[in-house]
Amino acid sequence: MLLIPCPWCGPRDECEFVYGGEAHIKRPENPDALSDAEWADYLFMRTNPKGRHHERWIHTQGCGRWFNVVRDTVTHDIAFTYKMGEEPPEDWA
Amino acid sequence: MTYSRYSIFSLARNAFSYHRNWPRAWRSPELKPAYDVIIVGGGGHGLATAYYLAKEHGITNVAVIEKGWIGGGNTGRNTTIIRSNYLWDESAAIYEKSLKLYETLSRELNFNLMVSQRGVLNLAHNQHDLHEVSRRVNANRLNGIDSEILTPAQLKAMVPILNVSPDSRYPVLGASLQRRGGVARHDAVAWGFARAADARGIDIIQNCEVTGILREGSCVTGVETTKGSIKAAKVGVVVAGHASVLAGMAGLRLPIESHPLQALVSEPLKPFLHTVVMSGSVHVYVSQSDKGELVMGAGIDAYNSYAQRGSVVIIENMLAAAIELFPVFSRLRLMRQWGGIVDICPDASPIVGNTPINGLYINCGWGTGGFKATPGSGWAFAHNIVHDRPHEINAPFSLDRFTTGALIDEHGAAAVSH
Repeated sequence: MLLIPCPWCGPRDECEFVYGGEAHIKRPENPDALSDAEWADYLFMRTNPKGRHHERWIHTQGCGRWFNVVRDTVTHDIAFTYKMGEEPPEDWA
Repeated sequence: MTYSRYSIFSLARNAFSYHRNWPRAWRSPELKPAYDVIIVGGGGHGLATAYYLAKEHGITNVAVIEKGWIGGGNTGRNTTIIRSNYLWDESAAIYEKSLKLYETLSRELNFNLMVSQRGVLNLAHNQHDLHEVSRRVNANRLNGIDSEILTPAQLKAMVPILNVSPDSRYPVLGASLQRRGGVARHDAVAWGFARAADARGIDIIQNCEVTGILREGSCVTGVETTKGSIKAAKVGVVVAGHASVLAGMAGLRLPIESHPLQALVSEPLKPFLHTVVMSGSVHVYVSQSDKGELVMGAGIDAYNSYAQRGSVVIIENMLAAAIELFPVFSRLRLMRQWGGIVDICPDASPIVGNTPINGLYINCGWGTGGFKATPGSGWAFAHNIVHDRPHEINAPFSLDRFTTGALIDEHGAAAVSH
């Protein structure tokens, strides 16, 4: 089980949250200008790293807010969480 | 064929020496510097690919490179169900091909795969489920796949321990039944294919991890491994749980995310469940193995993971639903529980075909349902590798469907939700 530190509510059990997939995927500014391959990359292709993953979660059973998590996909260790719209700190390694 | 055939006579002969002199089922050959084809991944699909390369196309200068031991990944971690009652024509074609191969494979491989066509039930718990079941059963029949609808009374007659009470938390309104569906012994599938491929001269290299894919320009030239580099003009990547990692070595991005999928077995019991019961809506599938253990599977954990373990809450939810459906399970003890990593595409269908790199082929993304596809997947993929273009049954599963938009959306439609 994951113990997820919500930036607003503190550490809570995983079952209070819903997973939202890879973070920092930006919707292209002008989809009409993209090729099919570029659109497919935005829509479907994922980094899916073995190791550190930037991902989104929502605290549905708590504050109801979205936030970002940096989690290792092999150890499940959560390095830290940060709020929506924030970039991960530079010195997170 | 270089191996000794298994038969009742070989069994009797070996009994005289207390079974101490059985020959090895396959060799442990030294790695050669070059092959015609390299298969990355010694699971069921990779071994099946190698076998059909030799059997159907006469290509035997092939290495199967496995980082652990053969069949130690998802081949040995699934719940062994085989069926072909998929909604879409494209899926039905490849899974039915696979089921047909399973029906004769034990004899062909001279290896008992313990294929047991005991029937697979997919339960419907509400009106929507019932509509989906009817739609799928009709689609199956149009594709020549045996499929029928059972009423709750018929279900109760077939599976007396099933709780079909209208007061149940998950009332059972009906089910689809594929009588030709059932289970097969998963390890035996890997071993049978390995033995038959090895007998045809294919090298199975275990404990050898692929660490890089070698390229010259847009052509593949071989692979880098922990035992050195190997040359080949054709490389087939057949990995479950690491497709994105392998594709990354070739500079490709895949529409795949990896998730844990958990399963468990109970203590052994006398035979009392004679068919496979699945419920997509409440995420339970259960069958009884020949050893008597109940084999149960859950849904995936939502988060990305490569850890081969998941969260307890998933198991808890699955068991709660299982006990509601089968109240007699309530005092069972569980013996083992494990997880495998499943690679899931956005449309819950696999990717089998060419890549943008010449000579590099990919067979991955089977998600939660790869075991049943093992022979058909290998059969089609071998054809694809030899002819450098897909066979008609794997053509719809190309990587470029994500660019063209021709997705095969089996989420939910595949008789089990993901």
